[in-house]
Amino acid sequence: MKTSLARTALAISLLMCGTAFAEPVKVGMITTLSGGGAGLGVDARDGFMLALKLSGSKDIEVVTEDDAMKPELAVQIADKMIQSDKVDVLTGIIWSNLAMAVVPNAVGQGKFYISVNAGPSPLAGAKCDKNYFNVAYQNDNFHEAAGNYAQTSGIKKMFILAPNYPAGTDSLNGFKRYYKGELVGEVYTKLGQTDYAAEIAQIRASGADSVFFFLPGGMGIAFMKQYAQSGVDIPVMGPGFSFSQDVLAAIGDAALGAKNTASWSPDLDNPKNKEFVEAFKAEYNRLPSIYAAQAFDTGTLLAAAAAKADVKDADAFRAALAAAEFDSVRGKFKFNTNHHPIQDFYVREVVKNDEGVLTNRIVATSFTDHSDAYAAECKL
Amino acid sequence: MQTALVIEQLLNGLQFGVMLFLMAAGLTLIFGVMGLINLAHGSFYMIGAFACAAVAAATGSFWLGLAASLAAAAALGAIVEVTVIRRLYDRDHLDQVLATFALILILSEATRWLFGDFPLYLNIPAQLSGAIVLPAGVHYPVYRLAIILVGLLVGLGLYLLIAKTRLGMRIRAGESDREMIGALGVDIRSLYTLVFALGAALAGLAGAMVGALQSVQVGMGEPVLILAFVVIVIGGIGSIKGAFVGALLVGVTDTMGRVLLPPLLAAVIGPAQASGIGAALASMSIYIVMALILAFRPRGLFSAQG
Repeated sequence: MKTSLARTALAISLLMCGTAFAEPVKVGMITTLSGGGAGLGVDARDGFMLALKLSGSKDIEVVTEDDAMKPELAVQIADKMIQSDKVDVLTGIIWSNLAMAVVPNAVGQGKFYISVNAGPSPLAGAKCDKNYFNVAYQNDNFHEAAGNYAQTSGIKKMFILAPNYPAGTDSLNGFKRYYKGELVGEVYTKLGQTDYAAEIAQIRASGADSVFFFLPGGMGIAFMKQYAQSGVDIPVMGPGFSFSQDVLAAIGDAALGAKNTASWSPDLDNPKNKEFVEAFKAEYNRLPSIYAAQAFDTGTLLAAAAAKADVKDADAFRAALAAAEFDSVRGKFKFNTNHHPIQDFYVREVVKNDEGVLTNRIVATSFTDHSDAYAAECKL
Repeated sequence: MQTALVIEQLLNGLQFGVMLFLMAAGLTLIFGVMGLINLAHGSFYMIGAFACAAVAAATGSFWLGLAASLAAAAALGAIVEVTVIRRLYDRDHLDQVLATFALILILSEATRWLFGDFPLYLNIPAQLSGAIVLPAGVHYPVYRLAIILVGLLVGLGLYLLIAKTRLGMRIRAGESDREMIGALGVDIRSLYTLVFALGAALAGLAGAMVGALQSVQVGMGEPVLILAFVVIVIGGIGSIKGAFVGALLVGVTDTMGRVLLPPLLAAVIGPAQASGIGAALASMSIYIVMALILAFRPRGLFSAQG
């Protein structure tokens, strides 16, 4: 009792001294650390923690929990973090179905949510919220960039493939928004499917010029390995997720030469990105993925906002986040009116670096200062 | 649809089916002989894949990896049987399900602790990589043909083992009346350990072979386990023959459903809705087949228990 009194007295005296930031920002990180999607969550967590470490910020506390890719578990963890851990900010969710289960409830209770990855369309449009920020992208973006690339490079016949769940539908819709050529096949597979022999046979029979597929995590690894063995030689492309650093080693040389679209690449030429890639390699002994880069930006943004405003003063903190005054690994970065980024999208190619490790290299720019299709529906 | 495409899809269904058979054979044997529901069977599949990937990465030889997967899964199966499963034979099925579910969690966490969160890379051996052209202009990957061959050989081997050997006679006797063969002086405890290890080894073999096609990662066994349960329910619990027929039926239904349902629906309701509904119906197809079969044969196609 005495100590807590003393602490309160200390806190009050600190406040009196005019130090506005006596209380640390409590961050609740909910992400996928087990099961088939663990690679993505681990990268996001590591990128976020690295950003806080490099920022030198001492007054941010993070509690991390594993959602195991289950929406009901994510909701429970969010409730616990808000009620008993008293977090101010939530972040970390990888999957859109989990984000849809957690975010509206959390921002409804006045908490901030900053997304490191998931960007489902409702949260960018009609259901946007003043306390919801997405540092990564809106779900359709990478696929729109791929569709635009397919269109501008004059590909006549496409075969497109995605899992049958909301982000999969968003994916193919995003692709079709910019690709106007002929679709010789449009296939939705079961989420979590690992054998693609039947789909590959359809691709072989379709006579397509190129194949676009969105299969994150283990699904994409399985697809690419089987595709390479099938003897089909139609070139493949996809969003950055299908050829992200976390899956390249497992796909192996079958991925070489594949084109994919993303807002970031390890070779993106700016000082902050060089610092990030070097620091990530030194800290974790592997190359960062797109998930790590987005989470790193989230951590840097959070540290910058916390240094400018007290999180208890929600309006000031929100303004500090929205201003987005931080060095992004993507070079320039700013938020649109719906708190989703306006950014460039690149076409990357899978190559081997000097050490013989598979990684991505930028070969073209697909969009400059691209936002999303839903911003107009957001009334902020 | 062209003939070549149909043949290729039938081969795909066959390959998927024999892979399921390797899983289901062990599962149904363990249930038939010991009356045990083993949810941890998927973990042996995963252990087999990880053992193969680790040994192949260390030695550079897929074949050594394959041998290691059999050895690791069989050894782990024997250890698990002696330490945990043996205490469950006299308990009811709920206790068995709880205990073997705990085993899934323990084995998954242990594997993650050993190998990390990221999927491992397992290469197809050079001799079996690439595709060949079969009659009627069918292109087919050599490795998948090899899986079909191995699956059929294992099926034949199991048939000979159970129908023609002394060990098989004891296994059949154990299925019919375990007290009696104990009374006749057969060492029932080591027989159980042997059968359990055999089932685990088959699952490990399936995991290793499929691991080279897909990704080797924690939790890869559980989706296959669910399908293997569907197979043994369709085939009749305890029957190897039932597992074989059921596995092929499930494999071909699943593959052909995925290929044929969306275009058939598209002809009826238009392509926009068909792709989504067709994909959903295709993933239900094997459960619909299971429901139909159970409606007419509640104990499955070849029930061992009457």
